Amino acid sequence: MTGKTLYDKLWDDHVVKQRDDGTALIYIDRQLLHEVTSPQAFEGLRLAGRKPWRIDANIATPDHNVPTTERSGPIADEVSRIQVQTLDDNCDEFGILEFKMQDSRQGIVHVMGPEQGATLPGMTIVCGDSHTATHGAFGALAHGIGTSEVEHVLATQCLIQKKMKNMLIQVNGELGPGVTAKDVVLAIIARIGTAGGTGYAIEFGGPVMESLSMEGRMTVCNMAIEAGARAGMVAVDDKTIDYFRGRPFAPRGEQWAQAVAYWRTLRSDPDARFDAVVELDGAEIKPQVSWGTSPEMVVAIDEPLPDPAAEADPVKAEGMRRAYEYMGLQPGITMGSVVPDRVFIGSCTNSRIEDLRAAAAVARGRKVSPNVKQAMVVPGSGLVKRQAEQEGLDQVFLAAGFEWREPGCSMCLAMNADRLGEGEHCASTSNRNFEGRQGYGGRTHLVSPAMAVAAAVAGRFVDVRDLDPLAQEV
Amino acid sequence: MDKFTRFTGIVAPLDRANVDTDLIIPKQFLKSIKRTGFGPNLFDELRYLDEGQPGQDCSGRPLNSEFVLNQPRYQGAQILLTRRNFGCGSSREHAPWALTDYGFKSILAPSFADIFFNNCFKNGLLPVVLDEKIIDNLFAEVKAADGYALTVDLDRQRIIKPDGSEIAFDVDSFRKHCLLEGLDDIGLTLQDADAIKAYEAKRRQQAPWLFDAIH
Repeated sequence: MTGKTLYDKLWDDHVVKQRDDGTALIYIDRQLLHEVTSPQAFEGLRLAGRKPWRIDANIATPDHNVPTTERSGPIADEVSRIQVQTLDDNCDEFGILEFKMQDSRQGIVHVMGPEQGATLPGMTIVCGDSHTATHGAFGALAHGIGTSEVEHVLATQCLIQKKMKNMLIQVNGELGPGVTAKDVVLAIIARIGTAGGTGYAIEFGGPVMESLSMEGRMTVCNMAIEAGARAGMVAVDDKTIDYFRGRPFAPRGEQWAQAVAYWRTLRSDPDARFDAVVELDGAEIKPQVSWGTSPEMVVAIDEPLPDPAAEADPVKAEGMRRAYEYMGLQPGITMGSVVPDRVFIGSCTNSRIEDLRAAAAVARGRKVSPNVKQAMVVPGSGLVKRQAEQEGLDQVFLAAGFEWREPGCSMCLAMNADRLGEGEHCASTSNRNFEGRQGYGGRTHLVSPAMAVAAAVAGRFVDVRDLDPLAQEV
Repeated sequence: MDKFTRFTGIVAPLDRANVDTDLIIPKQFLKSIKRTGFGPNLFDELRYLDEGQPGQDCSGRPLNSEFVLNQPRYQGAQILLTRRNFGCGSSREHAPWALTDYGFKSILAPSFADIFFNNCFKNGLLPVVLDEKIIDNLFAEVKAADGYALTVDLDRQRIIKPDGSEIAFDVDSFRKHCLLEGLDDIGLTLQDADAIKAYEAKRRQQAPWLFDAIH
């Protein structure tokens, strides 16, 4: 008998019932809720006269709509205010724990979950948000669902699913200085394409993944969906276990020891079989920048932008032409000639403390270039914000000319007031460069936090490794 | 959910790959707390020449006459013909809600993104995966003939062309059953309540830390 992959193990541990038609009833340990994709699910429960199956499996926080400016008063945008109020009301009515907007534990659901120990290894975790794959970094099976399934999980604690295929993405060697988890995942998406992982659960492995911190692993798993895979995951190791020690909802005492023993089994067996294996050499990955309107349209910072005329696939070539037109760029140039009008550091991809430290290390003693209209840092949660302030990172950012904001999804998807103007380019640490994503007519360039700051201070996209360290007043 | 029945509908060709759910329904319309009313804002950024706002009356907005759904010959379309990886990106179920609210009943493409594909079935919308060559041919035929319509027969798993020829397609048997019967799958799952309780009892023994931590 061949061994099991991590995904096989997580799947097998959650099968409630295997059905004859190839689907299975899968038990869900944790559901994260936010204001955008839950109101219709709660309404559905009420209309059907149903109650949540298990209150304690759910945890909620508003994140997409919340303002990132001063927020002691009500939200100015009435439609956003009603949506956040609806989440508050639903959680109050059904007794679900929610970190409301003024709570210091409020934040982006995918930052809040792990931070609280509400995410744990070995869990099945769902949320009405495609970036739920983030939680797979902890050896959990985590994926996004639609609102009908949010309601299904609320009502039954289960989902009807078909097992996905197994893909291993092995990142060998080691990363060069200045190259981060974000560059790794962008390089992976550039390699396999935005549909490369469709139908698969991806396990990210290899020496590079082992070397990354938990936060770096979250960044990689977060963007599994941009490679087409609903779920991305990483095996449990000592770093995973250490991360949860003392977290509010993590097990304690005897249960901690019992949990750790189980968590240590959460890795693929040496003889496990994958349906697909992709290998990358970490040493070859350079800082990445997206140039187009799909997360697979990515180049290394020193690489010329690709020519659609050289693309053999006509559908792909047409997509590239459309992207060039939307982005106002031309094939053959390098990103070094592009000026970011705005710089955004934040989102569930890159708003954790390590991201802010990496960004601050580049910002320290430097100034945002005068040709950049706005540069903002939006921490992933109130607790990340507090930690950063204790470390003095806020002062580094403010001195450099960045705005220091309250936590939320912010300009990643521009549901609140933070957005790009028409035609503006943005160096963004978020996850999607789709047309209009960061604002109507806005042009997004996905980068790592260090590369975003480098673009901010240089006033154009540059290789963070080329910044003159002597120009940094310390 | 209404039962999915055999129908014949006009085909609108959206000749573009990797159509993401942000493009299907932009973020500002996700602030609604309802499931209905998204139709006028389907493909908002492609369809109109201005930036749409939630709650706005769209009837007076300037239309992009080049966009396929604004062309007279595709009015009343119920089938969307498109390219690979349709529905990628955000998990927002507002995307299928907008498509069905507009009047679409089926989408034909060489491939779909996983979450969107799954969301369609929950809303009586049938996504059909067809070979890229067949999709290419359909694009050519739709563009060549005004009022081009196809019949979708889910029960027989066939697309029937105007000349009577048929294209077979695959569909998961459980999903097909739910669509044809218009079933609420929460009700189906609750028929297994005993199995869920038995699983929980076992799991509580093995992994007690997964229970009662949050309250």
